[in-house]
Amino acid sequence: MADTALDILSWILLISGGVFGVMGGIGLIRFPDFYTRLHAAGVTDTLCALMIILGLIIQAGLSILTVKLALILLFLMFTAPTASHALARSALVDGVEPQVDDCEKEKPSSNS
Amino acid sequence: METVLVLTTLLVFVTMMLALIRALRGPTIYDRILAVNVFGTKTVLVVALISLLKGHSDLVDVALVYALINFIAIVAVLKLVKMGDLGQAGEGDITDG
Repeated sequence: MADTALDILSWILLISGGVFGVMGGIGLIRFPDFYTRLHAAGVTDTLCALMIILGLIIQAGLSILTVKLALILLFLMFTAPTASHALARSALVDGVEPQVDDCEKEKPSSNS
Repeated sequence: METVLVLTTLLVFVTMMLALIRALRGPTIYDRILAVNVFGTKTVLVVALISLLKGHSDLVDVALVYALINFIAIVAVLKLVKMGDLGQAGEGDITDG
């Protein structure tokens, strides 16, 4: 009984992790500027990795495999936000402008 | 059980394809680096999934090493693109805080 419950929990984690990954991919394609794309990709990357690896840990049971999967999870949780931060900082220093909503400012210039 | 693992692998493959489209299309160099970063993270997940799917538990070591190398590669490529040199530190460097 407990086995079935754990199996179902790991299936839910695996499938929702995959779905979150696809959502991040769609955001990566459809968002309009670099920083919004960075937001979509960076957030879903961490969540997708967390869910899929937790699902695999539940499947693997208690063995050396579990420890290795937990190490992968630890490294990903440290490195994914660091890489996102480095990307955002170097893009900002390099002069990639964030796209801002400036309808208010454009109105008088379009009239004149 | 296997069906769920295969389905998750396919979903991750779809994500990798979308990331590749952004890497080929990206207007700035940083879009491309971001897409390659996403691709590398998803590669780690695919290797881990395949190792449980096929029962080859040695493959998890490959995923572990790939996760480390992916991060080093992203930071190195960023520094190379930004500074034009891997050794020198300078104004607006990504590693100077």
